[in-house]
Amino acid sequence: MQGSIADQSSIDLTHSEAAAPAAASQHAEHPDLRLFGFILFLTSESMLFLGLFVAYLTFRSVATSWPPAGTPDLELLLPGINTVILLSSSLVIHKADDAVKANDIAGMRRWFLITMAMGITFLAGQLYEYAHLEFGLKTNLFSSTFYVLTGFHGLHVMVGVILMSIVLWRSRTPGHYSSEKHFGVEAAEIYWHFVDVIWVLLFLLLYIL
Amino acid sequence: MKVPSTITALVVGITLTLASLWIGQNHGLMPVSASFEAKKIDDLFNAMMAISAGLFFIVQGAILYSVFFFRRRPGDDTDAAPIEGNVPLEILWTAVPTVIVMWLAVYSFDVYKAVDGGNAIGSNHMAHQHAPTMASMPGSAMAAAMPSGGSLFSNPLAAPPISSGDNAAQEPLVVNVQGLQYAWIMTYPETGIVSGELRLPQNRPVRLNISANDVIHAFWVPEFRLKQDAIPGQETHLSFTPNRIGTYPLICAELCGAYHGGMNTRVIVQSPEEYQAWEESQKTVATKDPVTVAALIHDEAMASQVKAMGFGSDHSVMNHLRHEAISMAEVVQIAQSL
Amino acid sequence: MTQAELSDPRQLEPLVEADNGSNWREYFSFSTDHKVIGIQYLVTSFVFYLIGGVLAELVRTELATPQVDFVSRETYNALFTIHATIMIFLWIIPTLTGGFGNFLIPLMIGARDMAFPRLNAIAFWMIPPAGILLLCSFFVGPASAGWTSYPPLSLTVNKAGEAIWIAGVIVLGTSSIMAGLNFVVTILKMRIPSMPIKKMPLFCWAMLATSALQLTATPVLTGAMILLGFDLLVGTAFFNPTGGGDPIVYQHMFWFYSHPAVYIMILPAFGMISEILPVHARKPIFGYLAIAYSSIAISFLGLIVWAHHMFTSGTPDWLRMFFMIATMVIAVPTGIKVFSWVATIWGGKLRLNSAMLFAIGFVSMFVVGGLSGIMVASVPFDIHVHDTYFIVAHLHYVLFGGSVFGIYAGMYHWFPKITGRLLDETWGKIHFALTFVGFNLTFLPMHVLGLQGMNRRVAEYDPKFATINMICTIGSYILAVSTIPFVINAIWSWSKGKIAGDNPWNALTLEWLTTSPPPVENFHVDPVLTTGPYDYGYEEEEEALVS
Repeated sequence: MQGSIADQSSIDLTHSEAAAPAAASQHAEHPDLRLFGFILFLTSESMLFLGLFVAYLTFRSVATSWPPAGTPDLELLLPGINTVILLSSSLVIHKADDAVKANDIAGMRRWFLITMAMGITFLAGQLYEYAHLEFGLKTNLFSSTFYVLTGFHGLHVMVGVILMSIVLWRSRTPGHYSSEKHFGVEAAEIYWHFVDVIWVLLFLLLYIL
Repeated sequence: MKVPSTITALVVGITLTLASLWIGQNHGLMPVSASFEAKKIDDLFNAMMAISAGLFFIVQGAILYSVFFFRRRPGDDTDAAPIEGNVPLEILWTAVPTVIVMWLAVYSFDVYKAVDGGNAIGSNHMAHQHAPTMASMPGSAMAAAMPSGGSLFSNPLAAPPISSGDNAAQEPLVVNVQGLQYAWIMTYPETGIVSGELRLPQNRPVRLNISANDVIHAFWVPEFRLKQDAIPGQETHLSFTPNRIGTYPLICAELCGAYHGGMNTRVIVQSPEEYQAWEESQKTVATKDPVTVAALIHDEAMASQVKAMGFGSDHSVMNHLRHEAISMAEVVQIAQSL
Repeated sequence: MTQAELSDPRQLEPLVEADNGSNWREYFSFSTDHKVIGIQYLVTSFVFYLIGGVLAELVRTELATPQVDFVSRETYNALFTIHATIMIFLWIIPTLTGGFGNFLIPLMIGARDMAFPRLNAIAFWMIPPAGILLLCSFFVGPASAGWTSYPPLSLTVNKAGEAIWIAGVIVLGTSSIMAGLNFVVTILKMRIPSMPIKKMPLFCWAMLATSALQLTATPVLTGAMILLGFDLLVGTAFFNPTGGGDPIVYQHMFWFYSHPAVYIMILPAFGMISEILPVHARKPIFGYLAIAYSSIAISFLGLIVWAHHMFTSGTPDWLRMFFMIATMVIAVPTGIKVFSWVATIWGGKLRLNSAMLFAIGFVSMFVVGGLSGIMVASVPFDIHVHDTYFIVAHLHYVLFGGSVFGIYAGMYHWFPKITGRLLDETWGKIHFALTFVGFNLTFLPMHVLGLQGMNRRVAEYDPKFATINMICTIGSYILAVSTIPFVINAIWSWSKGKIAGDNPWNALTLEWLTTSPPPVENFHVDPVLTTGPYDYGYEEEEEALVS
């Protein structure tokens, strides 16, 4: 008898918070808080970037010349194109959100695929840039911050692409996402916008400033 | 037992104030004070001790009183009177601490300006003359490789130019203090003396240019009440005037490795005459035998030679080396005696 | 367990047995029940507390004499580094936020669980591996640059241990962020409808403030650790002056987290004291709103005072002044709390049981740490005592006299709710007496050591400090002995202690309305708020009015 209580409870509790839609657990009674939680997570995440940005600005202000003498100039064309691609992908993913709100799951999938393709293009461009840069991670303080910041952002782009592919995978089940219930789609979208904003700041800091 | 409560409160209040003031002056917690700055810091500390003692007595007294007099009587299961707050009282205990800390902040700021522990505010600075010394020091390639600009977070390095007409007695004695694992090296740029201890004349302002070679150290002389980190890659400063003849410990206060606890030396404050004599004697030593501890530690050839003799940078040897500028022969003697 | 056994006369309290007797395996499982997770946190971090305590005793044994005669200097540095890391990241933070926070928050607000139970379980299960990893670093030479791990020193000694330390801190930080996120959402969104935010128990306010700090400050530490890790493992030079880096930037990033961490470690204890004092004083908390808002104020101010740890790092004057004033201002909300607690017990009908003794001991000891805190905020004075035993004394008065006394108060107060059984009072009082004496004997003399000129983090010291150090070491042994009665008491009482009943203290907060221990999903019937959390004494007042 006690065993059964435990079993039942563990089943209920493990699935209660999951994205599983039909989990008719007792916890479903409270409103969906995942979005709020996700936004808090991104707030926290942005503090990480803020910390790194401020560290970068400090290094920069301390140095006598920045980038340190002998650092090859950064090419602006490729990162510029990359920036345009990433920024426009934010509009594309928003179309996906519109689609899912209109219950157009196929449309949502299509827009997600396009966004993913754009994200992967961005990553490929980034890797291409890395391969053709004339400085390495350890060349000087600027190059170290450059690689760590862009690399860390690239990691986030990759996570964004993975999030989208999870949403795509889940959307194969009919009814998994609907105009009423599409936390996964919304989360992926917000995350993507976040990654975009970070990139704009990064681009300004590293390339323009 | 018919004493009115206001009188009781008054008596308690006066007693507390007197006791706090007495404690503030007579705690005897600080070591002797050996610089003009120390006196000011001691006064500040005494004031803080008095305030703290007062607050301590009030709070602990109220707690002890409650524990003894507001105990639940056996068998009494009722609750106490529901008092949820008292606005005037709450305003009082918000306002009073605010006033106290603001006063303390202003007072601390004043002391800080007078002490000039950091710099930038005072006027008794002179251009630091460390550049040639640092460069001529063998093995200071690391220092040269460091960025020359000051950190955003460091003291502004720009010092006012020397006013040549200054009274010689008031002109600060400049000493370059370098911390390295696990010793302090003092260089007197005016005379070229290099020493393992800090010798200072009484009543003459001193300005230290503090640097570090490897990791962060901290220059601390408790009797001066002054401390400054020695940071690799940037120079920091300390200005003060020792005013009491004596020998005091100079301690590394920032964890710098396994032998951090042994990284101590002495500060010797002497009368100007004695100091002069010491200066003269060191000059002759310096000309006779240029091998000094600093050179020993810095010169790579020398260092490997020392290492070959089997004591390398061993702590016990460093312990012996750190006090005086000594000759190579003496180093060998020490090494053999170990 | 079968039906037949339920009729066994010993099974008078089936819920007690069901929840802790036979289901012990649950505590080793990936349970998502906030109560199980809370207990997992409490027990795990207490084990780490004992380990950290052993390290502290080794440190004190070395310091009993001025010479290096017990462990090597290298080992000594490793001992205090790992001691601090364990006590901060594996004992105080997980116990207060993870342990008490998890167990109490949903119960106090009438929720059935935390907002994200699985995230909660993940956050807990990151802790044991990180802790074991950290301890395993003793096999490769552990981090020994202090828990502050300042470069360039941290880049030069025991690289493998340092790398493990960095990894451990990142994992523990992530766990702490997850927990903080969960608490913010739970406290803000999952209160029962009849509980507006201004009727929340003060522990919830404290946890809200704490969690906000965890969310905002911890990521910056992660950033510092990432850069330090690159310097250490890849050979970049963010913080290494040899390659053009700046070690001071690390200090800023580190303290941007690690000063708020002090509040992460003390605010929940503040909250618990605000719960315990009114219950055992039988009197409403004095100045509810002032205490609630002062938690938020401390949390906010805590974010802008970090550089007071760097008054000797060559910080420019205007920064020193700013951070000095900001730091001193924190004394105001903290003072409000202390005065309010004293006013709460003033005129009460105090039940001086172990929980109350520890709670009052907390106020008393925290005052000492608070006063020395105001002193060290003053730049000129801090320049003298920075990195000395005065700081060691100050921080232990805050973190031991404060946080640990608070934790013990919480253990005695909520043990009956957690296990259904009371802790033994006699042993509890012996525990309190030993802890109080041992603690003060260990740490009070350290103030003198620091002022007189003993620097911290040294294995050897000037023989003139030998007597005081011997006193400290003896005190620390008493402190070590003081845990024995508690451990025996807790283990014994968990299975054999007096049955507590649902509400042994006649408290009014919601956790006491359910059974002890609470059932899965916490409440058999959804609770409805009828009184405020601290409305003691009103019944008597009404009765008096009627008669």
